[in-house]
Amino acid sequence: MIKVNNRDSEWEEGLTITRLLEQKKYTFPKIIVSINEEIIPADQYDTTIINDGDDVKVIHLLAGG
Amino acid sequence: MMDVTVLKEAHKLLAEYKYEPAKLDRGYTNKSLYINIGDNRIEEKQISEDVKEKFIGGKGVGLRYLWDATKPETKWNDPENEIVIAGGPLCGITQYPGAGKSLVVTISPMTDLPIDSNVGGYFGPYLKFSGFDALELQGKAEKDVIIFIDGNEGIIRIEEAPLEAIDGHVVSEQLTEMYANSEEDKKNISVISAGSAADHVNIGLLNFSFYDMRRQVARLKQAGRGGIGRVFRDKKIKAVVIKFKGTKGNLNNPVDQAIINKTGIKLHKQIHDLDDQQCRMRQIGTANIIEVMDEYDLLPVHNYQYGCHPDTKNIASNVFIEKFITQGMPDGCWFGCSLSCAKAADHFEIQTGPYKGHKVTIDGPEYENAAGLGSNCGIFDPAIILEGNFYCDTYGVDTISFGTIVAFAMECYERGIIDKEITGGLELNFGNGLAQLELLHQMSRGEGFGVLVGMGVKKLKEVFVEKYGADPDFLNDIGMEQKGLEVSEYLPKESLAQQGGYGLTNKGPQHDEAWLIFMDMVNNQIPTFEDKAEALHYFPMFRTWFGLMGMCKLPWNDTIPLSNATADEPAKIPEHVQNYINLYNGVTGANIDKYELIRQSERVYNFQRVFNIRRGKGLRKQDAMPYRSMGPVTKEEYESRQERYDKQLIELLGYNPEGKTTEEKIKVMREYRLDQYEQLTDAVYKRRGWTPNGVPTVEHLKSIGMDLPELIEVVEKHL
Repeated sequence: MIKVNNRDSEWEEGLTITRLLEQKKYTFPKIIVSINEEIIPADQYDTTIINDGDDVKVIHLLAGG
Repeated sequence: MMDVTVLKEAHKLLAEYKYEPAKLDRGYTNKSLYINIGDNRIEEKQISEDVKEKFIGGKGVGLRYLWDATKPETKWNDPENEIVIAGGPLCGITQYPGAGKSLVVTISPMTDLPIDSNVGGYFGPYLKFSGFDALELQGKAEKDVIIFIDGNEGIIRIEEAPLEAIDGHVVSEQLTEMYANSEEDKKNISVISAGSAADHVNIGLLNFSFYDMRRQVARLKQAGRGGIGRVFRDKKIKAVVIKFKGTKGNLNNPVDQAIINKTGIKLHKQIHDLDDQQCRMRQIGTANIIEVMDEYDLLPVHNYQYGCHPDTKNIASNVFIEKFITQGMPDGCWFGCSLSCAKAADHFEIQTGPYKGHKVTIDGPEYENAAGLGSNCGIFDPAIILEGNFYCDTYGVDTISFGTIVAFAMECYERGIIDKEITGGLELNFGNGLAQLELLHQMSRGEGFGVLVGMGVKKLKEVFVEKYGADPDFLNDIGMEQKGLEVSEYLPKESLAQQGGYGLTNKGPQHDEAWLIFMDMVNNQIPTFEDKAEALHYFPMFRTWFGLMGMCKLPWNDTIPLSNATADEPAKIPEHVQNYINLYNGVTGANIDKYELIRQSERVYNFQRVFNIRRGKGLRKQDAMPYRSMGPVTKEEYESRQERYDKQLIELLGYNPEGKTTEEKIKVMREYRLDQYEQLTDAVYKRRGWTPNGVPTVEHLKSIGMDLPELIEVVEKHL
């Protein structure tokens, strides 16, 4: 189990950020992703592995329509 | 098009006024223009330092004038009601994107409250360059008039104008042609117009033109919300035309041009480097979020019953880019806007109505057009949406209200609350795009069911109950209006903060005060009532500031600097907040910080709240929202999200849904969510310095420097 935006979320072996974003249908382009408070650059989403118990934040930057 | 010389020869001069255009100093001319078209009076007024200090400009000054011009009982169609148009101290700068906005206020025929609407086009800057920070229009003419302002020659005329068209795209072309000396000169003209539907229905809007030199067409931006176009046409104003030649980047005569240039260059570079990976504003503008909203279950579908639909792919942004829209050129609605989100479908052939067969240029669709005219009405045909967009604009109809009203009428039709006999033969099923277009044509002609639709959801509810025996409770649940204004095109059902973002507003449920859905529902950044209340204090105040300045909000949050990844409060986009502080200080010579920026807005925001209270509204009961905006009203809605809702019942309420009927679960869910909204309201009022009934306290008004005697007199009656 991991935390995604402070909510419990299923974890699987080899889970990458890209895969997590697909699972959550987080398609919005203006996001900031951090794992355990460390910001992950967008070009590392494919290769960054999320470990069991990690605290992931996917912050969508839209505060206005 | 008619020969414009014939049109001009038919004009009859009613009044002429000559003046010496005031020079701008630190963003202000310090003068406003008052025109009464009832007795053909044209006057200049001095704007006092006190008004500037308390109300800044834009909608602040507009609300101040509107308060002074009206009585608490003034109705929208009384002669003393004013339309006030004002930019603000930053309006007209060309170094920073989004600096050409006008703010329009009036007493709304929809809400019976002050409405404010923010619009692009060249009028606001040209008004300032012509010597006026604001324009007040009061009185009612006997026959159709146009008002012409020549900002170079210092001449203002009121003329009877019997032959020009009413419809926005035609009259804007005619008057641009009439008052320009050459093709090159057309960019120096801006026209305000409404449209033929605004003669008949309350959801009328104003079009503000700017001339597109590349497409060689007068394009239209809209002051859409709240029925300002209806007031304009009720005054028998056909158009206001302004002409100013000589636009330059320094006409505001700022104190520190260098910091303005530097701040602008930084943002231009950011947009150049990042926009293609972020919002693609330069490719498709606000329509970039059509499919995003669908994917996050936030796109209003079938009168806000659902948040997504399999056919959204047919109206996704790329469909418009590939099939209809030309952009990719400097496409801003004011000079210097590199975010350039305006876009147009060129040579679009109209299929219905009086302009059938015409090939026209259509501005749009904005996201709200596509969602309101499209998904919310179950219409997923991009050509129908574009045609609806065209007719809304040229007839002077607010696309947001229109979309929400039609969606409501369609649901009533599908549920058998109304039938073909009532609609005059129109089959108002979800998805019937031609029926939607016919409603627009009826509004333009002033006949049929369309005229009733154009009076708004609130009126439709009354009529359906009184004449056709509909259940008032059910209609109040599904009719998406509050204060008489229709909800804009986002589904707030799963975000309590956004329910407050819509409900706890001054003018009604328009998203320009706060859009908190991602912060709340997705990011989970504001979990407590206090967190939500803080957001519902900060963002409405921050966003009000754009309306004081004559600025567009899109360059604030539709492009994001790289620094934001490590910012303390990324939702606020701190680097951009500092940009605005730099611009304000650079133009005016003031020395505000981010806290004073909020206080500037807070003064005007509270003034507007008290303005509402002065008019016998503006209290807690008016801030309630229809339940459709908060949760599932019907069995179908609940069951479409059953897994989510059942889980919430267990986790949030400790209620076991096992073996319960959907109706039982809806009832429990409803009690919970209504209570949540009440608790949110308490928290927000407290944070804003208001009583539990939503009245600003004297102490709070004092603390923000807004303890004006006329405000104290109003609030004391409620304390």
